[in-house]
Amino acid sequence: MKNTIAERIADFLKRFPPFELLKPHQLLEVAKEVKVIYKQKGAVVFNQEEAGHNQFYVVHKGAIAIQRNENNETETLDKCDEGDIFGLRPIFAKENYMISAIAEEESILYAIPIDSFQPIIKRNYRVGQFLIESFASNTRNPYSREHRGKLYTEGEEIPQQASPELYELQPVRYVKNIIGCEKNEAVSEVAKLMSEKNVGSILVIENDLPIGVVTDKDIRNTIAVGLFPIDIAVEKIMSSPVICYPKGLTIAQAQVAMMKHKISHICITKDGTPNSKAIGIVSEHDIIVSQGNNPAALMKAIKRANKSKTLRAIRGRVMHLLSGYLQQNIPMTHVSRIMFELNDATIKRVIERSIDKIGSSPPVKFAWMSLGSQGRKEQLLHTDQDNAIVFEDVAEAIYPETKAYFIELAKIVNKGLSTIGYEYCPADMMARNPNYTLSLTEWKKQFIKWMTDPGNNEILLCSIFFDYDISYGDSSLTNQLSETIFNHLDSNQLFLNALAASSLRNPSPLGFFRQFLVEANGEYKDFFDLKKRAIMPITDAGRVLTLQHKIKNINNTAERFEKLAELEPHNKELYLSCSYTAKALLKFRTKQGLLHNDTGRFIELETLSKEEKIKLKRCFKSINEVQELIKLRYKISTFI
Amino acid sequence: MIRFFKKHRPEDPDFWKAYEAKFSEKLPEFIDENEFIILDTETTGFDYDKDRILCIGAVKLKSNTIEVANAFEIYLHQEQFNPETVKIHGIVKNDPENTATEAEAIQQFLDYIGNAVLVAHHANFDIGMVNHALKRLQLPKLKNKVLDTMTLYRATRINSNLIDRNKHYSLDELAENLNISLKDRHTASGDAMITAIAFLKTISRLYKNERGKLKDLFKIK
Repeated sequence: MKNTIAERIADFLKRFPPFELLKPHQLLEVAKEVKVIYKQKGAVVFNQEEAGHNQFYVVHKGAIAIQRNENNETETLDKCDEGDIFGLRPIFAKENYMISAIAEEESILYAIPIDSFQPIIKRNYRVGQFLIESFASNTRNPYSREHRGKLYTEGEEIPQQASPELYELQPVRYVKNIIGCEKNEAVSEVAKLMSEKNVGSILVIENDLPIGVVTDKDIRNTIAVGLFPIDIAVEKIMSSPVICYPKGLTIAQAQVAMMKHKISHICITKDGTPNSKAIGIVSEHDIIVSQGNNPAALMKAIKRANKSKTLRAIRGRVMHLLSGYLQQNIPMTHVSRIMFELNDATIKRVIERSIDKIGSSPPVKFAWMSLGSQGRKEQLLHTDQDNAIVFEDVAEAIYPETKAYFIELAKIVNKGLSTIGYEYCPADMMARNPNYTLSLTEWKKQFIKWMTDPGNNEILLCSIFFDYDISYGDSSLTNQLSETIFNHLDSNQLFLNALAASSLRNPSPLGFFRQFLVEANGEYKDFFDLKKRAIMPITDAGRVLTLQHKIKNINNTAERFEKLAELEPHNKELYLSCSYTAKALLKFRTKQGLLHNDTGRFIELETLSKEEKIKLKRCFKSINEVQELIKLRYKISTFI
Repeated sequence: MIRFFKKHRPEDPDFWKAYEAKFSEKLPEFIDENEFIILDTETTGFDYDKDRILCIGAVKLKSNTIEVANAFEIYLHQEQFNPETVKIHGIVKNDPENTATEAEAIQQFLDYIGNAVLVAHHANFDIGMVNHALKRLQLPKLKNKVLDTMTLYRATRINSNLIDRNKHYSLDELAENLNISLKDRHTASGDAMITAIAFLKTISRLYKNERGKLKDLFKIK
């Protein structure tokens, strides 16, 4: 009988080792025996010490964390991503598993029965070798070092740092895929090639030998200043001879060599002289990136990423940076700014790439607005994506096609963001929703409509859409939107009152006996809902108070309160404590999220230390006080 | 006694009796103990009477696992031909080597599904098509319980006034929202597989921290 599913599974498997080594009919036989297994986030595939399964696994979708528990400490040894294999021990020995495999996100696995695979291993030496190597790499910790974090280095190869003191003595990684040109090519053509490949330098090659290097700087210092016409042969402006080294050059050597020769690129040749074949190139950029997870390196990596998967891998490293910051107690203001910049750069990159994908540039000016927490620069963890598009007004005749273009763009961007890890907004507040990709006039009308008839839904929408931050595009559009909101506020005390009332909808999170109010039912029964009971009230309070003062371009809750402290000196103390509270809560949420690998919204109170509980309660006090202030100022009691 | 009311029908064939007999067993209480058959049909069109099934694809799912070796895929000999739908499913010619008659296909299908719960996207259509094929064979309707991934998925959407609760979701939309790759769209087996993954993801969203019971799934409207 025909088996379409087995064929598709074979199609998937053949992209990855060791399956790529199999003949098509062998692969199909294997695929027919596959079991497709679904694992919820957090589900266990197998546990350490568990008896070996009669199958091994390939990740089809999702990610599996390989963990080892020693002396009650769990260490994550590896992460298996699409196409990775794991759980190989039963192939080699009838022993129990030495590691655990846990679904780090919702995953789909292909389980391959060992009985049906054993004959293939016996017949095919290379398949066996590959399995032994990967088996060694994700079971025994010290040896796995060089293979570790495969997920994090996807597409952007970074050597893992063995230990800090040895780092500089490690051999430098070089780019093997050399971008080269001929010496008589025109500079303009070469520059085009460099832009297209997104590189800062190009090697001039003759008979496989490197005869010169042209960098951005060379072009600037010769062509741009008018020394030569733009169509001159590249050999006239190249730096020559090329500084060459053999492979095995250490990072320290490379850095010293670059400083000594005042260059940013080193060519790696077969024997280390310019008289042998060029095999790679080392740039200053690569060295910086290899220094690991520092913001500058990550930023560079984001800007050069050409695949959603690469961006996703970089996000993994960003999360490492974040947890490092929190451990070291770096001030939250600093942390959230850096995280915002990295997130922002990621979103920009996704949009840039999406525009490339569509293949035609946007018909008119537009702005991509990030809403909610990213708009407030408070998105440290991956939460949902909320976004919208505003585009320039166009003539009625071309409106449908213009809107269609932006919806198309939004679909690609939303999808890209979701690949990276920003989940789709459950309420569909995303630009791909035709309701939220509108022209400037439509948006103005929309806002005015919400403000003149503020029901519960309208207020909710305002609280999301008023915290927008422009992520990409033309800021004059978003500025005009802000103007509209402020102009409309003057004549509309009712709206402010409604907004103020809604900011009080989640009352103090403490019960009468100063105990925490936990969720009474639902999925998170007995958990404390940090977002609903603490973060939202303080955010709402900040928003309504700043709107009244018409403060533009400050969306961050902590910064809003700092500004308020400046504007209302008599309430300075309260506002500053609110600013502190906003930061503290954000930190709380981020820590919880990192700990449980989720959005950090729900807190299990038992897991908190006494000190943390006290801190939280102190935060609630500020929330309480600012809510009282809002009650008085907007005379809310008369409304309720 | 029952014979008396159904006197117009001839004696049921053995395969139907065998199928019917399987329903004396009660279905297990929890979702993860149950067997589900996720199916999709490709047809010549949308008219129950005029159009015919071209292909049935189905997979068997139990405790989050689908065995590829256990998939069901059968192509039917075409009596009807509709050039319009060829564009969608790509099944053009009769290939007598690999096609079955409607009777053979239905017999194999009944044998395959047993008393398991059937799952499909817009299930009414697929089940309706099968029921009409049964009718042509002078057999009663399918006796299995049926779940619709569209309805189940809708229940996972948050309860918000900003979302239209009665919106209909196509399999493509479902796959997009649940991050399922859309290779193999419009082959019966491929669609069955996509529906199966969508079903799994939907169930895990409905029952995040608890063990779901089968009977609750039928209450979702």
